[in-house]
Amino acid sequence: MRLRVAKVYLSLLFVLIVAGSAIGGSRMMAQTAAPVAMTGGMSQGDRIAALEKQNADNAALIAAAQSAGDNAWMLVSAALVLMMSGPGLALFYGGLVRKKNILGTMMQTFAMMAVITVLWALVTYSLAFGEGNAFIGGLHNVFLKGVGLAPDPKYAATIPLQTFMVYQLMFAIITPALITGAFAERMKFSAMLVFMVLWALIVYSPMAHMVWGKGGLLNASLGGRFPTLDFAGGTVVHVTSGVSALITALYLGKRLGYPKVPMPPHSVVLSFIGACLLWVGWFGFNAGSALSAGALATSAFVATHFGAAAASIGWSAAEWIRQGKPSALGAISGCVAGLVAITPAAGFVTPMSALWIGLIAGVGCYFMVVKVKAWFGYDDSLDAFGVHGAGGTMGAILTGVFANSVVYPIFGAGKATGLLEGNAHQLLNQIVGVGIAWSLSIVGTLVILFVVDKMIGLRVSEEDEREGLDLSQHGEEGYDWAH
Amino acid sequence: MQKIEAVIQPSKLDAVKDALVEIGVEGMTITEARGHGRQKGHTEFYRGREYAIDLLPKVKLEVVVTDAMLEKAIAAITTAARTGAIGDGKIFVSKIDEAIRIRNDERGEIAL
Repeated sequence: MRLRVAKVYLSLLFVLIVAGSAIGGSRMMAQTAAPVAMTGGMSQGDRIAALEKQNADNAALIAAAQSAGDNAWMLVSAALVLMMSGPGLALFYGGLVRKKNILGTMMQTFAMMAVITVLWALVTYSLAFGEGNAFIGGLHNVFLKGVGLAPDPKYAATIPLQTFMVYQLMFAIITPALITGAFAERMKFSAMLVFMVLWALIVYSPMAHMVWGKGGLLNASLGGRFPTLDFAGGTVVHVTSGVSALITALYLGKRLGYPKVPMPPHSVVLSFIGACLLWVGWFGFNAGSALSAGALATSAFVATHFGAAAASIGWSAAEWIRQGKPSALGAISGCVAGLVAITPAAGFVTPMSALWIGLIAGVGCYFMVVKVKAWFGYDDSLDAFGVHGAGGTMGAILTGVFANSVVYPIFGAGKATGLLEGNAHQLLNQIVGVGIAWSLSIVGTLVILFVVDKMIGLRVSEEDEREGLDLSQHGEEGYDWAH
Repeated sequence: MQKIEAVIQPSKLDAVKDALVEIGVEGMTITEARGHGRQKGHTEFYRGREYAIDLLPKVKLEVVVTDAMLEKAIAAITTAARTGAIGDGKIFVSKIDEAIRIRNDERGEIAL
């Protein structure tokens, strides 16, 4: 019985396939046959007009196909960048804290996914990417007014403006989330929310506008005054978040008991999974920053991967030599440092340069985290500054060294781009860009911290800190061992 | 009746269990524990920071045996759990006054 039913299904399927291909085939023939039929018995002028029309139709078809391809990659990239925040960064940071703070730590990142998104729709997209002056965008695009499905050729000619908008949003989410590593285990959830909203308005939006926005002071592709090369956010994302992280760590002070009480990571396993998700997500972050699916995306993708690998080896080697053992935490921290440093350079550099940038960042960030932090004694709890601030700064400056006009002739074909090609001036521009990012982050963050501290207070009470953020801020526990 | 409490390396649990079953010990209780003896733990490194971990993971095994079985059981445990390195653990022996099987109120050695 069952066999007979299967046979009926199979023959039905066969008939459908044959019929389908016959219909499809005849339709295709009709399309190709039409122009030939039209040319018979026409005057030369008519024929040229017909050909021109056909040409225009073809151009439109090609543009539609390219747009579909680019848009597919950009939507995937946007999703990949969101995956970097949750679960990537949430797990990476969550594993590094003590177990009484895991939910509090993960919630800080997750809250950005919700709050920054709403804020982006209301006002920050407009402040970052709307028409404005050299420092900040205007209010033309508040409530996403005018942000439709037609492309904006100044930003990305082949994808809907809404794709560009939502892709950039994912960067605006992860940037403040990175800061949370510096004040882990001791900040009030309420104060953190207010701080982040103000930070998105006062630090992130202007910085993104200056580097990537229309008319921005540092915009390299839209004719800024000091064209700073920042392919995917070395200054906009990593320098701003890393430097702001240092300021918050200094302002809030150390965790209770630091550095006498041991505070080892409660689960390097979680951090390990998080770091691997970050590595994968970073392809969306960097290769997606090509804003298209062509060769530029490929070179950014390749550079990203090579930078991460070299940095992981660099950090591990430094650790192996100095401490006798290469740790898993060291290997993944090095990989993140390399991804940070290659972020501004991806899309501008060759794979070999990417290896160098990664190696320098891996070893450099190891010394920042292990040596420099101990010298100064600040409690940058999860090394947001040591990895993102330091790695971002190194990467931004090294971009000025290694940027190559063959990979991406951003200043015109054959025109020297980086120092190694003979354009020493670019190094200066990179330093200006980094300097502005540092200054804006220091001043902006200090002002915000002061205001929020006066308004609602930044730190949890000593009692709450001892109890842990999970219970004191959220009324729940990450791990329930009793059941 | 005697109670043997043995704190051993977690990796030696299977060997000790097999050795006890071999000599006819019928029941045992296992607890995952943390502790240290004279060795005082070890150090771990996280991002260059040194942490002294003084409480190491151990397994605590409790067995109650008849007086006649005591030395045989101790010998089985020490032989199976010994690596010769520090951290192999310790055995404590104490007297047990009474044993009661809950199912049928049997008392004394027959309840073991």
